[in-house]
Amino acid sequence: MTLKLFTLLLEAALSTLGISLVSIAIGFVIAMLLSAGMQSGKSIYILPARLFISFFRGVPLLVQLLLIYTLLPVIGINVPGIVAAIVGLSLCTAAYQAENLRGGFEGVPRGLIEAADVAGFSATQTFLRIRAPIALRLTFPALVNEAIMILKSSSLVSVVGIIELTKMAQDLASSTYLPLPIFASAALIYFVINSVIALLGRYAEKSLKGATA
Amino acid sequence: MMFDPQVIIDKLPEIGSGLFVTLWLWIAGVLGGVIAGFIVATARRFGGLAVNAVLGAVVEVLRGTPFLIQIFLLYYGGPFVGLMLDPIPCGLIGLSVYSAAYYSEVFRAGYASVPVGHVEAAECLGMTRLQTISRIQIPEMALIVLPPSVNLAIILLKESAVLSIITVPELTATVSAIGSQQYAFLEAIFVLAVTYWIIVELTDRLGRQAEKRLSRLRFSKA
Repeated sequence: MTLKLFTLLLEAALSTLGISLVSIAIGFVIAMLLSAGMQSGKSIYILPARLFISFFRGVPLLVQLLLIYTLLPVIGINVPGIVAAIVGLSLCTAAYQAENLRGGFEGVPRGLIEAADVAGFSATQTFLRIRAPIALRLTFPALVNEAIMILKSSSLVSVVGIIELTKMAQDLASSTYLPLPIFASAALIYFVINSVIALLGRYAEKSLKGATA
Repeated sequence: MMFDPQVIIDKLPEIGSGLFVTLWLWIAGVLGGVIAGFIVATARRFGGLAVNAVLGAVVEVLRGTPFLIQIFLLYYGGPFVGLMLDPIPCGLIGLSVYSAAYYSEVFRAGYASVPVGHVEAAECLGMTRLQTISRIQIPEMALIVLPPSVNLAIILLKESAVLSIITVPELTATVSAIGSQQYAFLEAIFVLAVTYWIIVELTDRLGRQAEKRLSRLRFSKA
């Protein structure tokens, strides 16, 4: 295990980080839409949202990735592997984030919403100024957890050929016959990244509390 | 590409055997994880500072790294330290160890949820530590521990699909092999998605029923 090998792993870790962050961000936008659909009270929005959430939480991510890789070309859409990987991760995390958001919105005290009504806030104002900020604060720890989960899950996109940390480790392990140190180093890199995210998350949570309390 | 259900019907025996491997690996992995996780949580609670710190670090590493990397480490790295494992035992050990880390956290939270007063009361009554754990702490934490345990079991079912990568002949491996041999990718993916989805939904429902029954049992006693 040389420094050069470790540097290669670190470079690949950047793709892991990039893929994960982009997927979390896109997933968050989709989750907001899903959660809006669930709260709309109209079954044409609620049913598809429920089906989406149930499907993407009920099927292994590996199968979802295979699904996207297999089906997109079949219906004539040829996208680069990286796009398909991000689509897969985003849809999967959207389902989990939507569930978290639902919990967050349910946690907003009714009294605050009623107070906003009494104060003459419109529904949009209540949403933007009262419900959304409080729900986001409540779901923030879950969002950090989800980021860590997705970072770990992104190792699966190695299966479909994207060069990220796991795929790089696999390639190096088979070309150098040093699987033990290489996979251990990859594990270490994942662990360090996840620990940093967890620490940043806890720090942000504290300052978030300070800002709104 | 058209959907041809005949491919699925012709291959039902193979799909069934893959499903069987998935199911028993999953159940054995969850049981292994529950038992090991309970032992780890108990050792961390009663074993003193050093034990708590060491086990805590191991748990953090297992929770902070992808399951796939752990499996690669065990499967490809194991032989270099004299640990030669066939895919199935490797998958079973991997799944148990990975789930033990998460289950230990579930039980840790469970232990923390039991009011200190109850434990002290048991001590005052002259119960031994073992009696306190088995008669006071375990029954009291059962209801707290059940929902996250079911969730975790569902996550582990889905993680078990990863074992297809080290050629464990479970559902995902079997069905995707059929898919590529027969050029029936659509059918294969359909079978995989629907089968996992059904098992997950069933488990979820069973879990919720168990929760209801347990809470009724508990409050009727009180």
